[in-house]
Amino acid sequence: MRVEVNGEARDLDARTLGEALELLGYGEARVATAVNGAFVPAAARCDRQLAPGDRIEVLAPMQGG
Amino acid sequence: MRDFYGVRLPTRLMLGTAQYPSPAILAEAFRSSGACVATVSLRRESGGGQAFWEIVKQLGVRLLPNTAGCHTAREAVTTAQMAREVFETNWIKLEVIGHADTLQPDPFGLLEAAETLAGMGFEVFPYTTEDQVLAARLVEAGCRVLMPWGAPIGSGMGLNNRHGLRTLRAAFPDVAMVIDAGLGLPSHAAQALEMGFDAVLLNSAVSQARDPVTMARAFACAVEAGALAAGAGPMPVRDMAVPSTPVLGKAWL
Repeated sequence: MRVEVNGEARDLDARTLGEALELLGYGEARVATAVNGAFVPAAARCDRQLAPGDRIEVLAPMQGG
Repeated sequence: MRDFYGVRLPTRLMLGTAQYPSPAILAEAFRSSGACVATVSLRRESGGGQAFWEIVKQLGVRLLPNTAGCHTAREAVTTAQMAREVFETNWIKLEVIGHADTLQPDPFGLLEAAETLAGMGFEVFPYTTEDQVLAARLVEAGCRVLMPWGAPIGSGMGLNNRHGLRTLRAAFPDVAMVIDAGLGLPSHAAQALEMGFDAVLLNSAVSQARDPVTMARAFACAVEAGALAAGAGPMPVRDMAVPSTPVLGKAWL
């Protein structure tokens, strides 16, 4: 299905956020996730069903002031 | 020294991790500054996040994630939740930006986000102004630390409103306060500590210096001097001259 990952359209064969992260190569990465602007904790990713058009954010540690 | 949500910090310096010439200089600047807290952020993963995580872990200091770039309370709350999971800390430097040019906080969004986050168990470090009424509302919302600005972020101007900051410091004697933003020189940091602020948070002042490592050391000396001076009780300021050499016993010439 077509979803948006960090602002880019992607076609992913994934039913859940957990599956999507595996496909994107973030399975083991230290990242935090949100779907449609709402935080999804790591423990809930495999239960979070995706729907076409969902906006997924995958955020990682970055420099900051 | 006041504590930060129950944590006693060994030094008075917090340092940002952005805009250094290299990761090696970032690490060396931390060592040279003696900073005990590093600010960090979250951004879309584009390949560098995992390497940066390894770098910050090696710094061996406490992490203070920020919500930089958030313009609404909702964005800031979601960012804070994500930061708590990634950085494994309840500390959050809460920024809700109200104006793109001055980067000054949106006081209404800031208060709303602070209330929400305090209710979720976060330990909020709100980036605020010297406004005493806003400070009172943030403290009511559960903030035990305030981070008033010295000047606009990245400006290097120092303490723009010393009267306002002094009034704020005096109004909340039990609240730990960190001067965040706008400092450019070690003398600015020393002034902040002399006025009774508990710590300063720097980034550009160190990372944008020609020699960040040496500048970090200069700030370390400045905050130590400022803290010693504050503890030593500065003399009162007078409008008129007062001779320090005894007048009594002066020769009649």
